[in-house]
Amino acid sequence: MISDLAFARSQMALSLAFHIVFAAVGVGMPLLMAVAEGMHLRTREPVYLDLARRWANGTALLFAVGAVSGTVLSFELGLLWPGFMAFAGGIIGLPFALEGFAFFAEAIFLGIYLYGWDRVPAVAHWLAGIAVAVCGMLSAVFVVTVNAWMNTPTGFEMAGGRIVRIDALAAMTNPASLNQAVHMVLAAYVATAFVVAGVHAFFLLRHRHDAFHRRAFGIALAVAAVSVPLQAASGDALARMVAIRQPAKLAAMEGHYRTEAGAPLVIGGIPDDAARTTRYAIRIPRGLSLLAHHDPRAVVRGLDSIPRDEWPNTRIVHWAFDVMAGAGGVMLAVAGWAGWLWWRRRRVPDDPWLLRAVVVTGPLGLVAIEAGWIVTEVGRQPWIIQGVMRTSEAVTPMPGLVVPFVTFTLVYVFLSVILLYLLRRQFLATDPVRQSAGHGQ
Amino acid sequence: MASEHALGAVILAALVLYALSGGADYGGGMWDLLASGPRARRQREAIEHAIGPIWEANHVWLILVIVVVFSAFPPAFAAIMTALHIPMSALLVGIVLRGSAFIFRKYDSGDDVVHRRWSTLFGAASFFTPFVLGLCLGALASGDIRVIDGRLASGFFAGWTRPFAMACGLFALGLFAFLAATYLTVDTEAEPELQEDFRARALVSGLLLAPAALLTFLLAGTGAPVIFARLTSWWGPLLVAATSVSALGALVALWRRQFRWARAAAVTQVTLILIGWGLAQFPHLVVPDVTLMNAATVASTQHALLTALAVGAVVLFPAFAHLFYVFKRRPQPRASGRRAVAFGLLVVGVTAALMLASAGRAPQRAPEGCRGRIVIVRPLHGAAPLECVCEAGTLSACFSPGP
Repeated sequence: MISDLAFARSQMALSLAFHIVFAAVGVGMPLLMAVAEGMHLRTREPVYLDLARRWANGTALLFAVGAVSGTVLSFELGLLWPGFMAFAGGIIGLPFALEGFAFFAEAIFLGIYLYGWDRVPAVAHWLAGIAVAVCGMLSAVFVVTVNAWMNTPTGFEMAGGRIVRIDALAAMTNPASLNQAVHMVLAAYVATAFVVAGVHAFFLLRHRHDAFHRRAFGIALAVAAVSVPLQAASGDALARMVAIRQPAKLAAMEGHYRTEAGAPLVIGGIPDDAARTTRYAIRIPRGLSLLAHHDPRAVVRGLDSIPRDEWPNTRIVHWAFDVMAGAGGVMLAVAGWAGWLWWRRRRVPDDPWLLRAVVVTGPLGLVAIEAGWIVTEVGRQPWIIQGVMRTSEAVTPMPGLVVPFVTFTLVYVFLSVILLYLLRRQFLATDPVRQSAGHGQ
Repeated sequence: MASEHALGAVILAALVLYALSGGADYGGGMWDLLASGPRARRQREAIEHAIGPIWEANHVWLILVIVVVFSAFPPAFAAIMTALHIPMSALLVGIVLRGSAFIFRKYDSGDDVVHRRWSTLFGAASFFTPFVLGLCLGALASGDIRVIDGRLASGFFAGWTRPFAMACGLFALGLFAFLAATYLTVDTEAEPELQEDFRARALVSGLLLAPAALLTFLLAGTGAPVIFARLTSWWGPLLVAATSVSALGALVALWRRQFRWARAAAVTQVTLILIGWGLAQFPHLVVPDVTLMNAATVASTQHALLTALAVGAVVLFPAFAHLFYVFKRRPQPRASGRRAVAFGLLVVGVTAALMLASAGRAPQRAPEGCRGRIVIVRPLHGAAPLECVCEAGTLSACFSPGP
């Protein structure tokens, strides 16, 4: 018998997992569009304008789904977690309100951008595109500060189980905010750039000299090559913050059970809570101490320092973390390879093997985002607000939560199938062979 | 004005703007489903053209309502979302299907069968969603949802399953359909045939609105007694009269083909209806237990929110106006159009000022009856208790007792 709490958590997880794809694309695509249109203004090459328009088409589709799935989330906070909202609404309201405004501005400028190609002057249109990119980035930053607050709650005083004083600004600028926000925004750029580069690399493999796909691939690859190394640095800073603020999460991420100095880095394996060890794992001596505290002899707290009923699900968290870090490592390697080729030849690299590698690694950014959110959310359990409120205290008293869970699951599956079908058609529409065979462009 | 009241006014204003913009988009979807006659496809295209660039921005007003309610009045948000879990979930499904169907149709209009299938889904969701929204608002006004000691005491079916809530749902449907048809008569100025189509639709839905309004009003007598008592107090008839005059004005203007006047009158009518509902419910967020005062979060957060809202408004309103300017302007805007809008704003402003002046003096009922001439009212969370003067079972003047 699965509990209502489990269904509530599953529904929330599913909604977030669905929304984050569109949110990330909504942050990343405007940047690519703005770069393409900027290149058009500079070079006057029509192919850049064509590129910006086609990217805008895909973005409109994804942004609309992101807007409605984001609305679902804002309702679900109350529908599923009224205890949390009654307690925390006043503390995290400010960033939510700011996020609302940023999103509003994004929707306004996107409306001008998508429908205003022939109605506003070219430079104003480009500026609207930049405004979309900036507002998208800001709304991601604001909403991530809310999640950061759940991880490192600050800015309020309690007395007798009730909140007596709130400093909304301090809550918004909690210790995790900056690290998490940077990590998420970069993740959105990396993921979008890799997906887009992957799609255009796929077409370049068929038509090596197609100008449209070369330009598109070049822009996406450049954004990827810049943001991936930055993301690695940001991940390192975030992990060190987690090591100090959320030792249980870090221990679960690393499958690290015993508190020790010079702790090894545990990669893969099967965390075994009963035996308090991670079996069949690769261990790199002193690796964890080095990563978490930049000191090979540092003491890293293991799960043994945490009460047993406050452990997160170690297997999910550890595996999700390895998936995220692994995907990041592969993308870093591909980006490094591409950057090296680019630097040596002074032109957009088009080696078949690099193109194939980009096609294959295209989805890894999105995989890393999903895995990363699993790490941060499952890793915080059993808390909904770290150390303050348990998830089980926040859930709605509503019985029969299996019904909304199944309903929303079906809706999301339906939307995903349609979207994949429509996006496939969008991509195929850019295939040079079809274009020349068909109506021509 | 107390900051709680200011935030309440923000919620109401956002709801009005949502009804005027997003509500009309729902109405557009309804007319999309009901498109008929030789110009059905062109009607659909006109609707798509009218709402395409703006519906996402319009939708944000609803998100703003949600955000302000949960940031400024967290316990109220928790209570509402628990009591109305079922209709709110249904509302969400409607919002998701509607938005996706609209955008999918745009990208998937290769052949007629597929196009029609998306249109059906878009239209059906455009009927379903505002009906459920009306159900929810009706439930909040009904007085059936009880919250005692911060806990929901009335179960998950209270309020929204009653005839009054159903009537509110139907009324919302009619109102949005009328609003959309009236807007569309202005949007299709360049195509007289289409304009006549939408004129006929606006006239029919406007006429049907009258019995729906009457039914809702009569059902409020038993279904929402607190609201009914307010609407029949001295300022109630004034409001009802102003609303009726706007409604009649809209119909007459439609009849005489003065479409910009009709639009201004319809906007005035919808605004007055929502303001009237808001004032009749004031100061309750959920009648009868949750009020602006007892659900408000601590003062510092309220002030931070109001500051953020003010700054946001300064930045966003020009941008929003620009969006409408870019997509809704006509080659030569007629002076009568501008005059019509100014007139509508004037009517709304004067009525709102009158209502506010009266509501400011409107008696509040004491939370648990008065046990003396001076009572202490405790907000649910955080904020300092208030000292109120109690006269004949109602609170007249409230102030902070100070240190």
